[in-house]
Amino acid sequence: MIMQAEKISPPSDDKRWKVVETTIRRNGASADALIETLHSVQEWFGYLDDDALRYVAARLTLPLSKVYGVATFYHFFTLKPQGKHTCVVCNGTACYIKGAKKLIDDIHDRFDVKLGETTQDGQLSVLGARCLGACGLAPAVVVDGEVQANVDSQTLISQLEGLENDDA
Amino acid sequence: MTPEELHDVGQKHREQDAKTPHHVRVCMAAGCMSQKSDEIKKTLEKAIKEKGASDPCKVKCVGCMGLCSAGPLVRVDTEGQDSVMYQNVTVDDSSEIVQSISDGKPVERLVCDTNVPFFAKQQKIVLENVGEIDPDSLEDYISVGGYSALGKALAEMSPAEVRSEVEASGLRGRGGAGFPTGLKWGMMARNESETKYIICNADEGDPGAFMDRAVLESDPHRILEGMALAAYATGANHGYVYIRAEYPLAIKRLKNAIRLAARAGLLGHHISGTRFSFQIEIRLGAGAFVCGEETALIASIEGKRGQPKPRPPFPAQSGLWGKPTCINNVETLANIAPIVNKGGAWFASIGTEKSKGTKVFALAGKINNTGLIEVPMGITLREIVFDIGGGIPDGLSFKAVQTGGPSGGCLPDRHLDMAVDYDNLRDAGSIMGSGGMIIMDEESNMVDVARFFMEFCMSESCGKCIPCRVGTYQMHNLLDRIAEGQGTHEDLALLEELCITVACTSLCGLGQTAPNPVLSTLRYFRNEYLDLIGEQHIPAFVGQEASQ
Repeated sequence: MIMQAEKISPPSDDKRWKVVETTIRRNGASADALIETLHSVQEWFGYLDDDALRYVAARLTLPLSKVYGVATFYHFFTLKPQGKHTCVVCNGTACYIKGAKKLIDDIHDRFDVKLGETTQDGQLSVLGARCLGACGLAPAVVVDGEVQANVDSQTLISQLEGLENDDA
Repeated sequence: MTPEELHDVGQKHREQDAKTPHHVRVCMAAGCMSQKSDEIKKTLEKAIKEKGASDPCKVKCVGCMGLCSAGPLVRVDTEGQDSVMYQNVTVDDSSEIVQSISDGKPVERLVCDTNVPFFAKQQKIVLENVGEIDPDSLEDYISVGGYSALGKALAEMSPAEVRSEVEASGLRGRGGAGFPTGLKWGMMARNESETKYIICNADEGDPGAFMDRAVLESDPHRILEGMALAAYATGANHGYVYIRAEYPLAIKRLKNAIRLAARAGLLGHHISGTRFSFQIEIRLGAGAFVCGEETALIASIEGKRGQPKPRPPFPAQSGLWGKPTCINNVETLANIAPIVNKGGAWFASIGTEKSKGTKVFALAGKINNTGLIEVPMGITLREIVFDIGGGIPDGLSFKAVQTGGPSGGCLPDRHLDMAVDYDNLRDAGSIMGSGGMIIMDEESNMVDVARFFMEFCMSESCGKCIPCRVGTYQMHNLLDRIAEGQGTHEDLALLEELCITVACTSLCGLGQTAPNPVLSTLRYFRNEYLDLIGEQHIPAFVGQEASQ
C-alpha cells in the first residue's frame, strides 16, 4: 500500500519559512541535509524553537529525537531566543591568555549575566566563541556583529551600557 | 580549459596588469577586515578617482599579508621599484597614500619595514599567493600559475604518477597527526568503487589557530585545485569541503571560487576535455571540535551527531555513505599543486629528515608580532619566537610556547633551541597540531592554562565513550580544586593517574590527547602545581628535572 504523504505546512505563514523551504527542496528533503536545514532556520529566525524542530523533523522524515539530538549536539545551534543585543567574547587560547576571562567576569558583575545567557530584560546576550580566528587582535569581542580588537573591560562595559541607553 | 587556454588566460591577464604601473593591495582577510580595511579600500579608490592620477593605479583586494598585529595593512607595488608596506592604516590616511604614489615618496610615518626577520625568515609555499592575488578572481589565480598543476596532471601524468610524486615529496598531513599523505592516497586508490569521496577538512576547531581560514579566505582556488588533484590521483569523483559556519567570509569566497571554476570548466564533468569528472560541494560544520576526528566528520556530513566510530574500517575503505573516502586538511591540499608542478624531490629538499616542506603557524599570545607565518620545518622555536615573533612585549620574559591546541602541550625555554618537526615536538611532550602557536610570558599561570584546555575538552567531548566523557570532567574538577588552592597531594596523584587512563582508553583522538596539556605542564612546571597545593618543594629548576 502506498501511503499518501500529507502536505506538511510550516508552523506559521511567516515569509522566512519560504527561504527555509527552498533549502529543504534544494537538498531533496533528504535526511542528510539536516544540519544545512537547521543552519537555514537559525539564520532566519535567530534560534531553533520547538515548532521549528518539529517541522524540520516532519519535512525530512526524521524522528524528532534525532533532530533534537543534532540541534543540541552542535554548539552553533541555540534553542533559546537571543537578546536584542549580543556580545560575543572570544574564548580562544590567545584571547584567554590576554584576559578574556576577566572580561567575562566583569560583564557578569555589571549585568548579572553568565556566558551563554541573556539578561532578564532580554536586552543583552553574552555568548562565548571558541575562536574567532582574530588571535592577532586578542582579546577580541563581537558586539552586534562588529569585531572589536584589544578590548579592555572598562570600554567594553561602557559600550554595552551605551547600547541599553540608546534604546531607552 | 586546456593547458594552452590556461596559459593564454594567464598571459593576457598579466599583460593587462602590466599596463597598470601602480597596484595598491589592501588586506581583506578577517583580521584587517575587522579593523575596517574594506572602508579603506573604498576611500583609496575614491581618492584615486578624485585625484585623477596621471599614471593608472589600481586598488586590489587581497588576502592575509601576515602581520595581523600591525593591521590594517596596505601595500603599494610600483613597477620597477621596491614595494612599500603600510601598517595601522586608517581611512584618513587614504588621500596621503594616493598622493605619495604620484610623488614617488612613501608616507614615512606609516611604513612597515619588511626587511625584518618577520618577513625575511619566512619561506612561502602554501602562502605564496596569499596577500598577492585577489581571492575572488579566477584570472588572478591563473596568472600566477594556478590550475597549471591540474592541467599538467591531466595531460601528462597517470594517477599513479601523481601519487608517486606526492609520496616522494614526503608530505605529511598538516591536520596534526602527520600521517604521510602519499600513503593515505595509496590506500584510497587501492579500494575499487564507482563512487569515492575527497573531503577537505576546513573545520578548524583548535582555539588559537587561524591558518586554514587565512588560506581559504586568501587563496581558495589553491584548495580546489588540490582537491581535484587528490581526486584524480585516488579515483574520486565527488568532493566536500567541510567548513566551520563561524567563517562566513571564507565560505563566501570559497562558494564564489567553486562557481567560477565550474564555469571555466575546471571543475565538473570532463575537466579539460578529459574523462576526469569532479565536483565539489560545501558542507557547513556547526561548532564541534570532535569533528576534526575523521569518522566524526563523516557522520556530521551525513547530517548526524558528530560522534566518532572505532577504526577499522578506515575511511579509505568505508567512509562517507560507506564509500571509500579520503580526508585531507586545508594546508595539506594547498601543498599539492606546487608538488605536482615542481616535483616531489624539490619538496623533499626542504625541511628535516622526517618532516618535509614548510609549516604555517598562527603566532599569537604574549608576543610582539602576532600573525600568520610560514617557515621551513627544522627551524628552531627560538627563531620563531624571538626573530620572527620579535620577542615578548612589556619587557617580560618568555615562559612557554603552546603548540597543538587542546591536544598539544606547553614547552619551556630549554626547548627553545629544538628544531621544529613532527617527531621532536612529540618527543618533547607536545604535538605539531594544526599550527596554532601561543606564546606565554612569566605572568601566565600554567595550572590555569591546563584547566582552560581541560574545560575545553570537557565541553567538546562527544559523550560516546566513558573515559573521555567522565574522565575529562573529573580531571577538570581536580584541576579546578588545585588552581583554587584547595587541592591536596592525593588530588595531584589522582590527576596523574587519570591522565594515563584517559589517554590509553579513549575511543578517539580527542580523549586520547586531552591529558596532554596537563601532562606537559606537570612535566615542565610541576612546581606551580606544588605551590598551589602548599607543598614544600625543592627549587624550581631542580624540581623540573626531578619530575622527568
